[in-house]
Amino acid sequence: MNILEKILANASGKHQVSSGEIVEASIDVAMIHDLTGPLAIKSFRKIGAKKVWDNNKVVIILDHLVPASSIISANLHKIVRNFAEEQNIKNFYDVGRGGVCHQVMPEKGHVRPGEVIVGADSHTCTYGAFGAFATGIGSTEMAAVFATGKLWFRVPEVIKVNVTGKLQKMVTPKDVTLNIVGKIGADGAIYKGLEFGGSTIRDMSIDGRMVLSNMAVEMGAKAGIIEPDEKTVDYVKARTDKPFKPVKSNPDSVYEKIVDVDVSNLEPQVAVPHSVDNVKPVSEIKDTEVDQAFIGSCTNGRLEDLRSAARVLKGKKISRGVRLIVIPASQEIYLNALNEGLIKTFMEAGATIGNPNCGPCLGGHMGILAEGEACISSSNRNFVGRMGSTKSFVYLASPATVAASAITGKITDPRRLKEEV
Amino acid sequence: MTRLTIRGKVIKFGDNVDTDVILPGPYLVHTDPKELAKHAMEGLDPKFPEKAADGVIVVGGKNFGCGSSREQAPIALKYAGVKCVLAESFARIFYRNSITIGLPVLVCQGVSGKVKEGDMLVVNLQTGKVEDKTNGSVWEATRLPEFIMEILEDGGLIEHLKRRIKTNE
Repeated sequence: MNILEKILANASGKHQVSSGEIVEASIDVAMIHDLTGPLAIKSFRKIGAKKVWDNNKVVIILDHLVPASSIISANLHKIVRNFAEEQNIKNFYDVGRGGVCHQVMPEKGHVRPGEVIVGADSHTCTYGAFGAFATGIGSTEMAAVFATGKLWFRVPEVIKVNVTGKLQKMVTPKDVTLNIVGKIGADGAIYKGLEFGGSTIRDMSIDGRMVLSNMAVEMGAKAGIIEPDEKTVDYVKARTDKPFKPVKSNPDSVYEKIVDVDVSNLEPQVAVPHSVDNVKPVSEIKDTEVDQAFIGSCTNGRLEDLRSAARVLKGKKISRGVRLIVIPASQEIYLNALNEGLIKTFMEAGATIGNPNCGPCLGGHMGILAEGEACISSSNRNFVGRMGSTKSFVYLASPATVAASAITGKITDPRRLKEEV
Repeated sequence: MTRLTIRGKVIKFGDNVDTDVILPGPYLVHTDPKELAKHAMEGLDPKFPEKAADGVIVVGGKNFGCGSSREQAPIALKYAGVKCVLAESFARIFYRNSITIGLPVLVCQGVSGKVKEGDMLVVNLQTGKVEDKTNGSVWEATRLPEFIMEILEDGGLIEHLKRRIKTNE
């Protein structure tokens, strides 16, 4: 069995499962946030349930419209806050206590290898980076999980993505990820599992691996898993006392397909409007003018991302006519960035710093685009209207490329910044 | 209760219809399905709720419903008047969410190439037969597994769970 089959077999009390089979799995952790939580709570009441199946396994994080951006969102927060109180949910991260859910979950020790984790958010697949089976579900299905602690899954066929080669300077895990999304396509892995492996992934930090797993859903995948290794175990052990058992794929595992990607000569990548798989090397679209640049989100708002952006921005000023918005993904990252002097670098360059939350990624608040505007963003989706007006344009890139583009005011290869300014 | 035979005129869309165009992010703050319905498909066609009001069948291409996990997307479609969605393929979370809220969704390969906007379709959920009464074409959609049919017949997961709890008593 491959790693996903093993985890699903364990969680459903079976010795063996294979792709296509439908299993009912016990859930180890279930997470909701402020935009999907209220509907889950409403459905939970409608079912007639009174208590969540296990209040230690539920995690609630306010992160989408934080602090409340309107009276309506304040009311949503209130619904969620009251539910956390009523159900005695200890793992409740209110405004200022956490940050973006997919960063807070591993950071606060709620993600462990081998577990089955569901979240009422599509980017829940991020935790695959820790060797967990993690997937996004809807609000009412979450209500059913809250009531029963179980959920059905179809055991997915798995595509193995084997990444090799040493990345060039200023070429980052985001560039690798966008390149893979372009190769596999937005619908290339619907219902399937993706397993990322190979020497490049092994060499990546936890922050970097999370980018790959995070964007698995942009290929339609149910999960984007990476076998746990020493780095994973060290990270997790430092953050949880709960025991866990890492699971790995057997050498004779069955895969639907194996995709080999050599990234030795990869140049920075950009996904151009309006589809995540519309990926081009930066050289092909350089000089496209941008009005806004965003560094943050569950994809690229981590310390490694902020460091790489700060290296590009150090001692420079962003272009007149460009707004650079930097949002660290969590309170912890924000504090570390502050201590390392990264926040100072951003502010001296002319950036606006936001509190940890999803910010403009989903067009909720803090940097909504007007008609005709273009934004280069380190986030994960460039759909029509994603960050504001349906007549705006979103280009997805790495934090380094976003930073370089903010300096010049047009899409720029961070390796060629010296020639541009 | 969901009817097993569904009739309706077609509103057609292309490939990769994402949940941000089905229900743009800023409207996720609404919890009233009728309010969500007012913004259904706003990213592609702001007049959609008007066109769908009398009950329609949406036909999409590949990867219908890709993107976010927002259950509000199929809710907006259902309350705007969509009786059923047929597509070449569906994004996973949208597919599950649609069943959960009692909106029938069927994988029907070949349908998006031949069907035209405004055609009258008859869909049999039990057999998977899809007939285009306007041009006479017939397709076999992938039939839904029994336990999914049960959820749909009950009108969605909440009603289904309530019924199961009651039956156990």
